[in-house]
Amino acid sequence: MKINKKLRSALVTFAIVIIAFLVCEAGIEGWVDGFKLKFAEKGLLVPICCYIVLAVSLNLIVGISGELSLGHAGFMSIGAFSGVVIATWLEKAVLTINDAGKTVPFFGDTAIIIITIIVAGALAALAGVVIGIPALRLRGDYLAIVLLAFGEIIRNVMNCVLVAVDGSTMHFALKINESSAVGFGQGMQMVINGAQGTVNKVTSAAFNNERFIIGFGLVIFTLFVVLNLINSRSGRAIMAIRDNRIAAESVGLNVMKYKMMAFVTGAALAGMAGALYGLNMKTVTAVDFDYNMSIEILVMVVLGGIGSIRGSVIAAAVLRFLPEKLRFLNDYRMLVYAIVLIVVMLATNSPILKNFWALLMRVKPLRVAVEWLQALPGKVRAAFSFGKNKNGKAGEAQ
Amino acid sequence: MISLLSTLLNGLSLGSVYAIIALGYTMVYGIAKMLNFAHGDVIMIGAYISFSAILYWNVPPILGFLLAMLVCTVLGIVIERLAYKPLRQATSLAVLITAIGISYLLQNGAQLIWGANTKAFPTMVSLPNATLFGGSITISNNTISLLGDQLKISGNMLVTILACVVIMVALTLFINKTKMGKAMRCVSEDKGAAELMGVDVNKTISLTFAIGSALAAVAGVLLCTSYPVLQPTTGAMPGIKAFTAAVFGGIGSIPGAMVGGILLGIIEKLGQTYVSDQLGDAFAFAVLIIVLLVKPTGLMGKKVHEKV
Amino acid sequence: MKKRLVDTKMVPLPSVSIVPERDVGKRPVLETRHLGIEFGGLKAVEDFNIAVGPTEICGLIGPNGAGKTTVFNLLTKVYQPTTGTVLIDGKDTSGMTTEQANRMGIARTFQNIRLFGNMTVEDNVRIGLHNQIRYGMLQGVFRAPAYWKAEKQMHKRSLELLSIFGMQDMADVKAGSLPYGAQRRLEIVRALATNPKLLLLDEPAAGMNPHETEELMQNIIKIRDEFQIAVMLIEHDMNLVMGICEGICVLNYGRIIAKGTPEEIQQNPAVIEAYLGSQGREENA
Repeated sequence: MKINKKLRSALVTFAIVIIAFLVCEAGIEGWVDGFKLKFAEKGLLVPICCYIVLAVSLNLIVGISGELSLGHAGFMSIGAFSGVVIATWLEKAVLTINDAGKTVPFFGDTAIIIITIIVAGALAALAGVVIGIPALRLRGDYLAIVLLAFGEIIRNVMNCVLVAVDGSTMHFALKINESSAVGFGQGMQMVINGAQGTVNKVTSAAFNNERFIIGFGLVIFTLFVVLNLINSRSGRAIMAIRDNRIAAESVGLNVMKYKMMAFVTGAALAGMAGALYGLNMKTVTAVDFDYNMSIEILVMVVLGGIGSIRGSVIAAAVLRFLPEKLRFLNDYRMLVYAIVLIVVMLATNSPILKNFWALLMRVKPLRVAVEWLQALPGKVRAAFSFGKNKNGKAGEAQ
Repeated sequence: MISLLSTLLNGLSLGSVYAIIALGYTMVYGIAKMLNFAHGDVIMIGAYISFSAILYWNVPPILGFLLAMLVCTVLGIVIERLAYKPLRQATSLAVLITAIGISYLLQNGAQLIWGANTKAFPTMVSLPNATLFGGSITISNNTISLLGDQLKISGNMLVTILACVVIMVALTLFINKTKMGKAMRCVSEDKGAAELMGVDVNKTISLTFAIGSALAAVAGVLLCTSYPVLQPTTGAMPGIKAFTAAVFGGIGSIPGAMVGGILLGIIEKLGQTYVSDQLGDAFAFAVLIIVLLVKPTGLMGKKVHEKV
Repeated sequence: MKKRLVDTKMVPLPSVSIVPERDVGKRPVLETRHLGIEFGGLKAVEDFNIAVGPTEICGLIGPNGAGKTTVFNLLTKVYQPTTGTVLIDGKDTSGMTTEQANRMGIARTFQNIRLFGNMTVEDNVRIGLHNQIRYGMLQGVFRAPAYWKAEKQMHKRSLELLSIFGMQDMADVKAGSLPYGAQRRLEIVRALATNPKLLLLDEPAAGMNPHETEELMQNIIKIRDEFQIAVMLIEHDMNLVMGICEGICVLNYGRIIAKGTPEEIQQNPAVIEAYLGSQGREENA
């Protein structure tokens, strides 16, 4: 069977993720002697899964659909907070009586996480629709600033949300003033306490391999959805609109529909990642999901290559893992990060640096050396197939 | 009624700071067609410079203020030359990411130099104690009390609003009456044509960054006199708000930035006072979104026709 | 000097225009009524009335800046007219978007080529087939049987369409890396893929050599005959216009100054003055 280029590229991406997952599992379970992940490293695994999903979903919006979003963390925030609420509700209100006659949650921990991720994704998608319909009419910088504004509004509102659980009943309130919602949650168990974020979550913060497997599943699901979407009728339409909106309209593409499709899909996936992130962390606060978070995800997308899904996966994993490894740099860590970011952008986009290599090639010894190296594979082949090295000698004589 | 007036004055003062920062954003956007995300952090650098000058080197406040302007001007030009100039032909996204990198660089650089903990910014404005108009206006503790002590205007507020007015007038005159101002208008309209007419585009862009950054230093000092908490992230939120204000007013338009900044400040304060002290930011952003949806190019922005 | 590839008798319509004899009694595929647009007080196009028969090849000519491309933009709803209406196949298109106009059966190419340069030639045509061969987003994401069936169909149809210009072997080439002439041809294929009733070609021969132009002329007639559609083209190459157009409409300063058969246009003093005259002087110079 002939495997086309796109399919092969997708399969390579899946292979990389699966191999990385198996290596991590080997480090967790100790399959290989002498290879064991440290506690701090294990703690990074689930967040890395979340960030991969976030970067891929943002790449769908920024790279594939071509709409600059500075508010991706907002959808993550919606996913995280609604996720904690849903998970609590599932545990406290959806009950069954076990064989011993005791009332216990109907779902197990794993089932609760999976259901939560799905529902939180749906809620984030809904938010994506509500935000996308007005915002996607705008273009370029204006769209970016409106999405940033939406992200900040979500952060601001989440900062005021109070949720408590009383037995199996959930209570909600919005603390918008010092005088509002006074006395809320007295005698109840708080779930979300305004600016303090989530408290008393159902899931523990310690590393849990099952949660990592769910995270891995979420990454695979995301890649499946995004890669299949790109290589389908809808994906082609999305990219056509990005490349040339007027031409796309002229062949009968509904611009708004396909922009929305990419945006809402990205929002839903970000919500799912947010839900897993929220359930995995000891506590999350609204401030965690400010525009710095959006920018961090955007940086992953950019450094991985805009439009390259595999690049986003690798960049997200490396950028989350590397800082932990660079702890010895301590205070200089973020500084180095900033400099790397600037240098990478200049090196890949500046005509001066692109010309730098061309300029180097003007130096004759360098040029000769590079040409010789470039010609080397051919020469080797020639040497082996004909037993003669005429070309090689001519090259050296130059 | 008095409380409304007081809220409006507070909003006007905050909005004046936003307007000064937004001017930097909008001028750079108008001329270099880029979002200078690091602008907010130049504000913070300006505040730190004047803070250090006054407290560590015992320089008089006014000189500290001028030193901050000088350092920021140089910083602005250097940033433009090193980071943005090589990217003139690059996509707007690449430029934006680079600007974000510069922003991180400035924040973390400041953290290394001055530390992460907050500094209390010194008082820059001192008014003489006085009683005027038979006691109807009294000045004490740097605060002007009007209407029988009901309405208080702090000296900082007064200076901020005055500074904003002066800057607006001076900048408008500069843009409309001087040769350099004309060059700036030319470059903002059509870079290529301006170059053909003998305008030095690089110099004009540098000048724009210089003015923008000097204004950022002014804004930094004014911001920190009113809200005297200084830390490496001080500039970030006002930067974003001012950016919002610039878009609100129609990015690229100088009167737009002024109106946008002042309106945003007033809306934010009104929202904080009358709706929710927690949701002031959300209120400001929500108004921005509504304005952009009704008028997608901002209050005073020009509509650009796409050529087919 | 001008070689004629068609020989059609033109019949005046009672109202405003002429159509080929074979199209008499059929509803015109395109009709405009007092179409006009202003840009900040400047009347770019004014009182533009035309009817195009369902199988007519019609030329729109005029000096540079006469408003020809603006007319195309009005017909395809890139611009909304200030006055007048456009009827496609007898249906009013007021208030429609470009996308809806395309679905009504109007497809176009662009003067400055607008291909999806990073995609392959075949993908460009598949995007043209977007509304012809369909399946839903979820069917695509989860690779439902409908996906495989439709993609197979799309592949087959794309190659069929590409073979009109003998481009089927270039299907996997990146569209942006094609030579100029091939890009123009691909734009026509992409427009054809949308199954239009009326094909608008904006300077299809620009940048082509005489041999390529000759081939293009043959192909335009072939497309008209095979697909039984109307073609309206803007072109500066008078050999092409006079060679294949049945009716010609001349535009100057946004107004129609002449309408008629190629013979009539060539003899029209107003046209010679405004357009051919100036070109004649250039040729003599």
